Amino acid sequence: MAKKRNIKVLVSKVGLDGHARGAKVVSSLLKEAGMEVIYLGMFHMPENIVKAAMDEDVDVIGLSYLSGEHLIFTPKIVEEMRKHKLDDVLLIAGGTFPAEDIPTMEEMGIDKIFRAGSLTDDFVQYIKDNVKKR
Amino acid sequence: MKKKRNVKEMVEKLLAGDRRTAARLITLVENEMEEQHEVMKEIYPHTGQAMILGITGAGGAGKSTLTDHLIKNFREQGKTVGVAVVDPSSPFSGGAFLGDRIRLQKHFLDDGVYIRSMASRGHLGGLSRATYDVIRIMEAMGMDVVIVETLGAGQDEIDIIHIANTCLLVATPGMGDDIQAMKAGIMEIADIIVLNKADLDGADKSLRHLQGALSIVCPEEGKWMPKIVPTVSVASKPVDLKGIDELVAAISEHQEYLQESRAIDQVKFERTEQELGLIFKDELQKLIFKGLRGTGKKRKYINSIIEGRDDPYSVVEEVLEKYLVTK
Repeated sequence: MAKKRNIKVLVSKVGLDGHARGAKVVSSLLKEAGMEVIYLGMFHMPENIVKAAMDEDVDVIGLSYLSGEHLIFTPKIVEEMRKHKLDDVLLIAGGTFPAEDIPTMEEMGIDKIFRAGSLTDDFVQYIKDNVKKR
Repeated sequence: MKKKRNVKEMVEKLLAGDRRTAARLITLVENEMEEQHEVMKEIYPHTGQAMILGITGAGGAGKSTLTDHLIKNFREQGKTVGVAVVDPSSPFSGGAFLGDRIRLQKHFLDDGVYIRSMASRGHLGGLSRATYDVIRIMEAMGMDVVIVETLGAGQDEIDIIHIANTCLLVATPGMGDDIQAMKAGIMEIADIIVLNKADLDGADKSLRHLQGALSIVCPEEGKWMPKIVPTVSVASKPVDLKGIDELVAAISEHQEYLQESRAIDQVKFERTEQELGLIFKDELQKLIFKGLRGTGKKRKYINSIIEGRDDPYSVVEEVLEKYLVTK
């Protein structure tokens, strides 16, 4: 008898961004929502994040941005994910960055963006509804 | 319609060392998907050769940072390393915050290292139920060493002894006197006691307490006498790190002892016995609940126990007699 699959989420800061509070808060909220969160911490390069996501077989990668590098790192992460064929992994981003960058980021390949001020129920529900079937 | 996974093909890929497949198979056994038995049957013949190292100790003692150093050391010896790190699941939400990878990030890009974080998912004993199978999967993918790190353990989370060839217990200064060290349970299972953070105040005293507790034990002749290794696993300058080489040497020494004394046979026997018991327990429970499903009897039994008309022991006896023994 197969049990219900626990949703696994990897949460990471990217590049030289030392502001982890938001990522920690979100990780904690996801834990409370019943998900298994692999918290990667700070100063990760795209290769690190994607390799960890692959080895951990996560359903979701959550990126946390604050330092203004979101347009630089996003395409690199998407590229790494393509390289490793992580096409069934949901990529979401959050943090503090200009609202006008959202369309660009979506075009780059982020599935959904939740900026600072987003509501917990919204992103939890989004993940539950959109985790890709395997 | 759900696509049936091709188990044989997946296992072949695993044996060729494909990490994506390994990752998928671990998820499969963790979630007890229907192919689990088939997968493990295929994998089993390709396991049993790795050195399995267990690391346990209280939360914050330094298990993950020590693991980091050990990985580095094994890699320098040219060995591939699988690492299974367990953290607790929330008893309320079922979720988990798995934070051990933070200390292991130097090895993310090394293809000779495979790290997997696991939530305990309600399993007691310091590991998750799937840990046994995950070790096998890592062995089958070709890892020479598999390090298993338990969740932050207290006094009695000792499952690791049934899994590891060599058990490290990580202690820190200020965790109590020799009376604490003499207690049964986790203090007894260590082949090597690591006194980490040995640069803190009180480390000398802790070392004496541990030595004192061990000095009372009289091991049988030829048996392994637990070693104590003081370490400093985090320092701002590498030169201030202490005891890592000594720890690696102690691990080798214990491995040699296991081989030379043939104590490894006993370790393997006990491990297999434990594994077999665990699978029996799981499967029997599933079998019985499956048999009761749809009959409404499970609910009736539970209610009769709550209402005081029956007790769990009588119910279990009745069910076992009715559904298993007479069969």
